[in-house]
Amino acid sequence: MSTPTFANRSIDRRDFLKFSALAGGGLVLGFYLKSAGSAFAAEVVKPATGADFKPNAFIRIAPDGVVTLVSKQPEIGQGIKTSLPMIIAEELEVNWKDVVIVQGDLDAAYGGQSAGGSRSTPNNYNEFHKLGATARTMLVEAAAQTWGVPATECRAASSAVHHAATKRTLGYGELVAKAATLPVPPTADVQLKDPKDYKLLGTRIGGVDNPKIVTGQPLFGLDTKLPGMLYAVYEKCPVFGGKVVSANTDQIKALPGVKDAFIIEGTSNLSGLMPGVAIVADSTWTAFSARKQLKVTWDEGKTANDSWDAFTAKATELSKQPGTATVRKDGDVTAALATAAKTIEAAYSYPFISHASIEPQNCTAVFKDGGFEIWAPSQNPGGAQGAIVSQFGVAKEKVLVHLTRSGGGFGRRLSQDYVVEVAAIAQKLNGAPVKLTWTREDDLRHDQYRAGGFHFLKGGVDTAGKVVAWQNHFVTFGSISAGRGNDTTMALRPGSGAGLDGDQFPSRFLANCLTEQTVMECGIPMGPWRAPGNNVFSFVMQGFIDELAHAGGRDPLELRLELLSQKSGGNYDAARMIAVVKLVAEKAGWNPKKFPRGQGQGIAFHFSHQGYIAQVAEVTVSKEGQVKVDRFVCVCDVGAQIVNLSGAENQVQGSIVDGIGAAMFQELNLERGRITQGNFNEYPMLRMPDAPAQIEVHFLSTNNPTTGLGEPAIPPVAPALCNAIFAACGKRIRQFPLSRTDLRWS
Amino acid sequence: MAKFTLQVNGQSRSVDVAPDTPLLWVLRDSLELVGTKFGCGVGMCGACTLHLNGVPTRGCMTPVSTVGRKQVTTIEGLSADGSHPLQKAWCELDVAQCGYCQAGQIMTAAALLKENPKPGDQDIDDAMAGNLCRCATYLRIRAGIKLAAAHGGGK
Repeated sequence: MSTPTFANRSIDRRDFLKFSALAGGGLVLGFYLKSAGSAFAAEVVKPATGADFKPNAFIRIAPDGVVTLVSKQPEIGQGIKTSLPMIIAEELEVNWKDVVIVQGDLDAAYGGQSAGGSRSTPNNYNEFHKLGATARTMLVEAAAQTWGVPATECRAASSAVHHAATKRTLGYGELVAKAATLPVPPTADVQLKDPKDYKLLGTRIGGVDNPKIVTGQPLFGLDTKLPGMLYAVYEKCPVFGGKVVSANTDQIKALPGVKDAFIIEGTSNLSGLMPGVAIVADSTWTAFSARKQLKVTWDEGKTANDSWDAFTAKATELSKQPGTATVRKDGDVTAALATAAKTIEAAYSYPFISHASIEPQNCTAVFKDGGFEIWAPSQNPGGAQGAIVSQFGVAKEKVLVHLTRSGGGFGRRLSQDYVVEVAAIAQKLNGAPVKLTWTREDDLRHDQYRAGGFHFLKGGVDTAGKVVAWQNHFVTFGSISAGRGNDTTMALRPGSGAGLDGDQFPSRFLANCLTEQTVMECGIPMGPWRAPGNNVFSFVMQGFIDELAHAGGRDPLELRLELLSQKSGGNYDAARMIAVVKLVAEKAGWNPKKFPRGQGQGIAFHFSHQGYIAQVAEVTVSKEGQVKVDRFVCVCDVGAQIVNLSGAENQVQGSIVDGIGAAMFQELNLERGRITQGNFNEYPMLRMPDAPAQIEVHFLSTNNPTTGLGEPAIPPVAPALCNAIFAACGKRIRQFPLSRTDLRWS
Repeated sequence: MAKFTLQVNGQSRSVDVAPDTPLLWVLRDSLELVGTKFGCGVGMCGACTLHLNGVPTRGCMTPVSTVGRKQVTTIEGLSADGSHPLQKAWCELDVAQCGYCQAGQIMTAAALLKENPKPGDQDIDDAMAGNLCRCATYLRIRAGIKLAAAHGGGK
């Protein structure tokens, strides 16, 4: 090519300044230079050449027409590596088959890269439209200038620009050189597509990594292999936070294939670098085998006598007193309960559970020249960098983070414990790359758990069956910790995902409603588990609403609609919820009376992560108490546009089966300060025979911002299931897992 | 350490490892075939499923010293080019979410179809019960097996 190339143009003009005009939405656009010093490329991609059109950090078009799009978000199974590039491709008017997607590493040029809170779609949706539309506008302008016609007469479609009047066409590859010389148009001059013209968004597009997945190509963190790489394991105290007193590291070091063994002093941060013993060997199996010979004397610390049974007893005692904190108080619940036609009380509880992502935690790192380079299956690569910076006191620029695909996230990989562990090991090795592999036992016994909890409820209905009073004393788990943001005061606070806020339904919908909270101090690490808090609060709230419906002789659907029609507030749009509830009832054919005994229909709804979701479950309960889930129907309002219909449906179906599995089977036990279960033989997870035969997913498009689907379909699952079980056999589930309730009937 | 010559995906491969090393780790660490996954190490999740003489087997529970001359087939060797009807069905139906367990799912399903080219719902649930999918893509896995069966996946 004889035309000017990127190589001889200034970085400012080409890449940074031009696109700062686009950056209004908060996304920092800038020049992205693949770290040339990186020794190991995670993904083999055709190298960029100076002849490419690279209008921003995310788009590169080569003279041969191949369009390379960067996926900046971590791919953990939520399908973001496919869906976000689809948005660019839609606006760019490019054939999807011409597109190559590459995983971006951590880079400030991409803006935020954390995959949590179902925020990847809403945080990037509008900006990604602008990115694609701007590049398309420049390609159209390049064609118009080439032909000497007004840009308004030209139209982009199918990876080419067309001039209808003269029947001329130039492919994007042919326009690359010219486009690269053009100034970036101001955002105001960039026309986004009319949604009715979408060709890609809303269709079913297969995951971009599917061909590699089905042929077993390296993709995941655990697949990372670097030249000269060593293999590490890390043994921590079975009691969380316990310290190493001594270990037989000299004996371990003498074992064949073992390269090193050493104690890491660690910190008291339960989600950071915990104390332990590292073994480094020439293969994973050598390290696993050497670990069997490891003998450690631990200082187990002050939580070594804690147990789930003791916490349960304590929670029951605490429930007899008022909560230590009032989360929200409306009206006078005591008076309303006293005058109610009928009152009921119920205690709900649920255990600690694990994320149990199928790829155990792992990370690969090298420490060289005072800096770290890591390959992380992480949901939060910026957090990984930050954790290394604060743990090891290095500058941010000295921590390079490569993102690998993750074998499941569910919130587990927002935490950085395994990242700082491998960094500490790499620092000690000083130069040799090392991969840390957790065993399944490490993973189950050292998770950042979904917290258990206890709810003590009282409710009242009037003679018409209308809910007139609601009281919930939530007894939860926490630790002495600082508050959020600038609040550095140390106090006993709920753990991550273990605090109830005043916005949980039915707060704000009832005149007399009291939510109290009492925190029990514990030494158990807690972290976000898919739809944190919501995944259990919905079970409690939607279950107790069902109890009140039956107490008042009301249809569970009708009572819910009555509640939703009452006062609303905050960010809860009751009209949107009413719409999905009505639609799910229609789609499911809501008619609980039609089922014979032993079969039942249950309904639940929940708002979280900006998503309005309603579900109906249908179950069969055998006389012996065996539950079979026959059918789930789900309606989701996550805004105006489903990005990838295939991925969206997969997320919702997966959420429903995940929610069923968590309710049916999952439970961790704590004895003597440690988790007693170690592997899937002791911690059963849902398998195919227990998956419903039928899950119907409907998306209700509304004129609202497009939001995420990784989490919001989880919370209604358990209550819909449990309400259906009650309808089938009259047994109310008030605790997880289901096996704790005798469901036999006659 | 000991030397072993294995028949992997139609090729003869030599390794020098401890005799109790599970085939899973020989494949992953020594032979750089990482399609076979580590999930639990105790044969409970099925992510490491491979074929020994066509029989679905847990790689994590198979010491390399017991393999001998048996033909080892991994996901990388299920077809030359990803064209096995199951691989095609998995792509067509977009089965995977995270994808980590799917190689094991496909290997178990391939053995099922070989034995039972037209499995019913119960056959599929029974055969696949040993393979966990933490993302819970079970409905699409079932559909993928049926689609592959319709396309002659048992041949």
